[in-house]
Amino acid sequence: MRALLILLLLLAAPLRAAEPRAEPRLVTDLSQSRIDISYRFAGAELLIFGAIQYPGGIAPAEPPGIAVVLRGPADPLTVRQKERVAGIWMNTQALRFESAPGFYAVSTTAPIRELLDERNAAIYEIGLRHLQLSPATAADPETTRRFQDGLVTLRSRANLFVEQPYGVTITDRVLYRARIPIPSAVPVGNYRAEIYLIGDGAVRARTTAPVIIDKTGFEREIYLFAHKNAMLYGLFAVAIALALGWLAGTVRRQAR
Amino acid sequence: MDLYLPIAEMSVNALLIVLLGGGVGFLSGMFGIGGGFLTTPLLIFYGIPPAIAVASSATQITGSSVSGALTYYQRGQVDLKMGFVLVGGGLVGSVIGSFVFRWLQSLGQIDVSIGIIYVLFLGVVGGLMLKESLAVWLRERRGEEPLARVRRHHPLVAGLPMRMRFPRSGVYISPLAPFLVGMLTGVLTVIMGIGGGFIMVPAMLYVLGMAAGVVVGTSLFQIVFVTAIATVLHASQSQSVDIVLAVLLLVGGVVGAQFGARAAQKLPAERLRLFLSLLVLAVAIRLAVGLTWTPPELFSIQTAF
Repeated sequence: MRALLILLLLLAAPLRAAEPRAEPRLVTDLSQSRIDISYRFAGAELLIFGAIQYPGGIAPAEPPGIAVVLRGPADPLTVRQKERVAGIWMNTQALRFESAPGFYAVSTTAPIRELLDERNAAIYEIGLRHLQLSPATAADPETTRRFQDGLVTLRSRANLFVEQPYGVTITDRVLYRARIPIPSAVPVGNYRAEIYLIGDGAVRARTTAPVIIDKTGFEREIYLFAHKNAMLYGLFAVAIALALGWLAGTVRRQAR
Repeated sequence: MDLYLPIAEMSVNALLIVLLGGGVGFLSGMFGIGGGFLTTPLLIFYGIPPAIAVASSATQITGSSVSGALTYYQRGQVDLKMGFVLVGGGLVGSVIGSFVFRWLQSLGQIDVSIGIIYVLFLGVVGGLMLKESLAVWLRERRGEEPLARVRRHHPLVAGLPMRMRFPRSGVYISPLAPFLVGMLTGVLTVIMGIGGGFIMVPAMLYVLGMAAGVVVGTSLFQIVFVTAIATVLHASQSQSVDIVLAVLLLVGGVVGAQFGARAAQKLPAERLRLFLSLLVLAVAIRLAVGLTWTPPELFSIQTAF
């Protein structure tokens, strides 16, 4: 028994000695871990920042590559394409995707193409081109690609998909920070900030931090009311409309 | 002044929405129409999702019609018996409409269908109104007497069974006819987000042959109930009623209607109808152009289906 323990210790020793020379670590923090959508919400900016902890505390001469991703909740959706039918533009073809993020922003120190090899970019879904949307409709790869591009274009135009090739600033090869713009039409839910340290075209280290985007106050109450007690909400909406309309009518008659 | 809409899940310029409501309210006050046929397309042009534009516009019409309906009721210009038959039809129609709406939504054809229905109805109604007001205007210019219209119901209506007396409206017809008129309006209310007055009023005059004095009041009576039903249906089936949006539109609409009503007193009625018909036709043409021109974006995203 004791012999076995010594043997194990002997075997482990080189591993332990090698540990400080292992991959660097990432430390990260966010300007806010919760973004509240109130009645005045017109978009926000999330600051994601932190430091790279190199083994032994010595930073390499090469400036590090960093990718910062902010990913929103994924939902199934249908993308439709319009075609001209008898002079009128209408939806003809449709393709369903099982999991498309409602929001996806990626900020990097250099264009993703120069930073990462295809395999790593695909594994970690870094870059709009590498999103795994899980198409659920059977279609040839070319059609799927076309619809996927359509989806990316639409969401990019709405600032829901963002790619910032030089969005990460590095200070002294140790500190990094990225500003992620969040539009007013951002979907609510549980978000995740992912930070990747990249070297030689591959991911060397990664860390994640949760972010919650949710409606607050009056906006939240109305939203929950409308979804949890839909019928009652409808009656409430009618009551408000009737009361306002009646009030206006009374004021008008008094004014005459 | 940016304001976040809780149901539409987007930030809008509140002042612009109030002004939009005010502009439509001005025209409704001037022409005596509900204005839903203007509100819904304008909201869609602004970028509000069509389903939410349609639903919230119905809510706004409930509010903007109630005081008019009360005024007509107090003056005894609402035929309650006829009104309830119309509301009954509207109830059935709006339930049918909500199923059609959901079916079209699942097919991904709701936007184009709303567009086509708008173009057809506004085109036909606007065209007929233009023809009539031009004819009246020409007669006036030639110094002829305006044609006296003979009030009677349409021959097809006379063929329907179970005739009933509607003393206030001065007709003796089958309740099936107003029921069908109410039903058609109900379908349109749910799909288009309109009160349907511009269809119902001519139908009441020329198809049912009702007395002119009770037509507007009774149609407002039906609109208040049917748009309220449509609101509840939209709210419970697709959670698409944005109360903040509806209130913004109402606030603008109420003020705008005041000025519109005052402006109307300075213009002769026939000229007003000519302007209204041109306005209706302009909206129809704008929508028709939108349907046929190559859209800037060929793809669209639909969640929840």
